[in-house]
Amino acid sequence: MAIFGPGSQDPWGDAVSALRRMQEEMNRTLAGSGVVAAEYPPVNVWRGEEGIVVTAEVPGVSLDDIEVVVHQNTLTIKGRRGPAAGVPEASYHRRERIVGPFARTIALPFNVDAGRVSATADAGVLTIELPRPEADKPKRINIATA
Amino acid sequence: MVDTSTSAGGAGRGAEATRNRPVYTPAADIHETEDALVLLVEMPGVRPDQVEVGLDKRVLTITGHAAARRHEGYSLAVCEYRPGDFERVFTLSDMIDEGGIEALMKDGVLRLTLPKAKAEPARTIKVKVG
Repeated sequence: MAIFGPGSQDPWGDAVSALRRMQEEMNRTLAGSGVVAAEYPPVNVWRGEEGIVVTAEVPGVSLDDIEVVVHQNTLTIKGRRGPAAGVPEASYHRRERIVGPFARTIALPFNVDAGRVSATADAGVLTIELPRPEADKPKRINIATA
Repeated sequence: MVDTSTSAGGAGRGAEATRNRPVYTPAADIHETEDALVLLVEMPGVRPDQVEVGLDKRVLTITGHAAARRHEGYSLAVCEYRPGDFERVFTLSDMIDEGGIEALMKDGVLRLTLPKAKAEPARTIKVKVG
């Protein structure tokens, strides 16, 4: 479960995500050596005034095989990495791609409007847009001069 | 089939990338059918026009370039992966019919079909008496 704090200056959030990224890059650099990634899929989280954008790397998984669930301020990405159909076990020279079901839950820093969440996929990258409810957006207060 | 990718961080064949972006070794599945070798190579974020496949004699080189994605008005709060370049080099043990190679990119996975070259019929050389 990735948790990030109230501000982007949060030192722990940065440290945790930096560690996760290092681990992910290590895994990827060592692909083929049997090292297995801890959490799947790896995500990047973008935040702005309008809401949050979460991108996740899910190569080989089509949008039909992915389920995105939003509940209050948690986002769950579920899916399945399927093996190539109809390949007899004995004919493999190499099997490095990981198959099987996956699920990941991410805590978001604020509530999102579940009704307006959209998910798209492009070249194995899933993009989930989570808009913030209108009523919840920060408001600028004009200060009247006396 | 032998994987000749070099060690951590470097591009294949001992060369080093000049650009400051990560170079990854993509995970690959390879299986053999009766008449072809089939490779599935995972390169998330790489679009079909950013893939290069080269075959020089028996050395197969696969490179992919994942474009960085920006979201206007948003800033990156959590970063667990960085788009980079993918590179992997294989030495094939079979001769390949180069003209029949097929490459297909779908959902960030490259599917390469390398048809095996038909074996040339054995030739018998007659030995003359000198």
